[in-house]
Amino acid sequence: MPFIPNTNLQRIQMLAEIGMDEDDLFSDIPSELRCGELDLPEPLAEQELRRLMSSLAERNRTDLMSFLGGGFYDHFTPAALDAIISRSEFYTAYTPYQPEISQGTLQAMYEYQSAICRLTEMDVANASIYDGGTAIYEAIMMAMRITGRRRVIMDQTVNPIYRKMICSYTTNLGIELVETNPEDGKASRDQILENLKKDTAAVVLQNPNFFGMIDDYSDIVEMAAKHGALSIASCYPISLGILKTPGEMGVDIVTGEGQSLGLGLSFGGPYLGFMATRKKYMRKLPGRMSGRTVDDQGREGFVMTLQAREQHIRREKATSNICTNQNLCALTALTYLSLLGKQGLREVAQSCADKTGYAKERLLKVPGVRLKYPSRWHFNEFVLELPVRADQVIRRLLHRGVAAGFPLAEYYPDMEMSLLVALTEKRTKAEIDFFAHVLEISL
Amino acid sequence: MKLIFDKSIPGRRGMRPIRPQVETKADFPKHMLREKPAELPELSELDVVRHFTELSQKNFGVDGGFYPLGSCTMKYNPKVCEHVVRYPGFFDLHPLLPQLPTGQTLVEGALEVLYEMDVMLREICGMAGFTMQPLAGAHGELTGTMIMAAYHRDRGNKKTTMLIPDSGHGTNPASAAIAGFDVKTIPSDESGLMCMEALEEALDDSVAGLMITCPNTLGLFNSRIEEICRKVHDVDGLVYCDGANLNAMLGVCRPGDIGFDIVHVNLHKTFATPHGGGGPGAGPVGVAEKLVDFLPISVIRKANDGSFYLDYNLPKSIGYVAPFYGAFGVIAKAFAYLRMLGAEGLKRVSNNAVLNANYVRKKLESHFDLPFPRTCKHECVFSAARHKDEYDVSATDIAKALIERGFHPPTIYFPLTVKEAMMVEPTETESRETLDAFIEAMIEIAKLAESDPEQVKKCPTNTPVSRLDEVAAARKPDVASLPEEVAGG
Repeated sequence: MPFIPNTNLQRIQMLAEIGMDEDDLFSDIPSELRCGELDLPEPLAEQELRRLMSSLAERNRTDLMSFLGGGFYDHFTPAALDAIISRSEFYTAYTPYQPEISQGTLQAMYEYQSAICRLTEMDVANASIYDGGTAIYEAIMMAMRITGRRRVIMDQTVNPIYRKMICSYTTNLGIELVETNPEDGKASRDQILENLKKDTAAVVLQNPNFFGMIDDYSDIVEMAAKHGALSIASCYPISLGILKTPGEMGVDIVTGEGQSLGLGLSFGGPYLGFMATRKKYMRKLPGRMSGRTVDDQGREGFVMTLQAREQHIRREKATSNICTNQNLCALTALTYLSLLGKQGLREVAQSCADKTGYAKERLLKVPGVRLKYPSRWHFNEFVLELPVRADQVIRRLLHRGVAAGFPLAEYYPDMEMSLLVALTEKRTKAEIDFFAHVLEISL
Repeated sequence: MKLIFDKSIPGRRGMRPIRPQVETKADFPKHMLREKPAELPELSELDVVRHFTELSQKNFGVDGGFYPLGSCTMKYNPKVCEHVVRYPGFFDLHPLLPQLPTGQTLVEGALEVLYEMDVMLREICGMAGFTMQPLAGAHGELTGTMIMAAYHRDRGNKKTTMLIPDSGHGTNPASAAIAGFDVKTIPSDESGLMCMEALEEALDDSVAGLMITCPNTLGLFNSRIEEICRKVHDVDGLVYCDGANLNAMLGVCRPGDIGFDIVHVNLHKTFATPHGGGGPGAGPVGVAEKLVDFLPISVIRKANDGSFYLDYNLPKSIGYVAPFYGAFGVIAKAFAYLRMLGAEGLKRVSNNAVLNANYVRKKLESHFDLPFPRTCKHECVFSAARHKDEYDVSATDIAKALIERGFHPPTIYFPLTVKEAMMVEPTETESRETLDAFIEAMIEIAKLAESDPEQVKKCPTNTPVSRLDEVAAARKPDVASLPEEVAGG
């Protein structure tokens, strides 16, 4: 039997030595609760399994030339990354409950926290949250704990998938969620100001926003602070290679999806939510954290710290129910950022932006195609306004092997002609040219 | 060991830059750019590889040795499962593809994995439907308690109380609280099981449900579990099974047949996906027939022509708990594991997990106190209370002495119902020889605690660091290394 080492003879000997029978092992489970033989597929040998999995994998179209983004991006990852995170000392360990034999995980957590702080220009970060959406949810809960208020403003330029998640999570908690309508593809200052009331806990923003527009939220941060509300910004980490940071804007809680930092798209997960804040809110931050300390001989080392916030101690009064989360994904992000380094991250970000600039130029030459929000403020994604319905165009281009982008009408019903197009450093000039070509002949 | 940031050499680099290809230069207004580049390390590829290799060598994983961490089911993670999820057809698959027109035909293989996993989990757990979306066990608990809230709201019930035994995982009350429930704790009785009288006393119309771990965190199966489910149902409450300990029941009994309405399954425990040093996990949730309509959006279905599609039209659903379809990369590994085991294999898993736990229990019961001396399931819980009282050797000291001897310690100080608890879960993937070596080490430590307790208390001495000052870490937290100018300012 695979993965079970004891032989039948060993089992018989073990049972005899402890004075038990085979039947004794489950004698506490009443017979009427026992189940019959399970109806499961026949077991496969490794060779058969690999054949099955590869035939399943081949039925997924990863061969398309993809301009699909929407918060989840196809970036290049160096081979050294996989070599590092495939070390089983990392991936077959668990939560570092015993720091003496977990310094690898603990130091990596600390370094990851530091890398997130350096990227966002914030003071403290936790060691991960499930994904970018749950990170916003946790940030909202944190803002409510800090302010003691229960009203949250969320701009509609925040990823609609995350907004749906937050709606679900807050259903049972008596939270008032107010969504503000964007203006020319950006957060409307007037609407946010209008909705900022005495009971507002937080304003939730995204940068670059779902339409790919970049924005300087310093003014909204200031407005929110004047009303005693916190500002939360969900950020795309690659963009922080060159763009103004949430730290500089004065944002109180920064969140984001870390998938682009070396994680596969993997059909939606596992991903990585990151979360950082100001020093004064450190003890309100949910999730695990690693801290630097010393051992009894004065040697430096790391431990899980500030655990008094957590569920295994606080139970129903904990800051969150989150415990184990995405440690290996955080290690992946740290490794990615280390391999790219200070220069490399900047270059990747610049390359995304440059190719986006070129793609805009090229696609706008296609007759009838225009930018939904004409602006030079796009990082790696923009909205094309097409002369026909976007879903028709997508269907036609799929036949030519191109995933043209995302039809915004899925989440914004009045945007039937709008196509969200994303670029990464992996797309080549030839691919962009081909995209423009097939778009032109498809219209 | 130096931080990676402190190894940085200005100007050194790992990755070679890509050629620009396009002449266009993005032209952002200056005030939209960051003032200074992010202070990430400047290192060669080898520097980075050496750094993380050295870190990995300071870690203990299942591949390195016995890891009997109770309630965490640290079984062997088959290598082929790691291999197959890296196939580009899975690894590079964009999650928004199925939302494109005709998109579901672009991801048929992935949808089949998710659908077939759902079918297998339904069969294993005896539930009517599953969602693959929850991203961890605790996330499954939250999903389950949100389903409870939706069910009661749908029936017009005004129910506010969630009952949880005192032996439950800490995540249970935390999850129930953020789903909007008030938590009421039910004490255990002298046999280590939930006190029936206290349960009956607590059962009134306000009770939305009961969250209970089965077998419980002492590794004990409650023979009256069916009766407990019935009593909760009598007040129109729902019963939630924390499936952390499912390894003990595989192919023997099923939560659905017992009467549970909701169960979460930890794929990273029961179905052998790696724990990753603390995630990513996955916590699919199964429900009984009456709760199927409340499952999160979306649900994967099979059409008459055999194709698969995602159903978003679920008016009673609790909505979205994950951005897409769950931790697909984790689910695919568990799928591969299940396809290798089959029904017969699963039965052997539980059988050997339970045998191994009882073997350790019987071999050590004369050396350590066993507060509940009866047949256990997948784990057994010892107490070091006597060693603490008589020799001032605590569960922590014993854990550290195990580290000294090359073993990962059991879970300690949990469940909270046992003083100086040491919770041992060997799992089925460990051999008799490994168990014997562990038993021998435990006996040696027990004897040393009597003869020379100081020898135990100073452990570990052979690790990269010895016992760390956790109090100082929490009092003056240093949780990030910031660039000099920031740290100074």
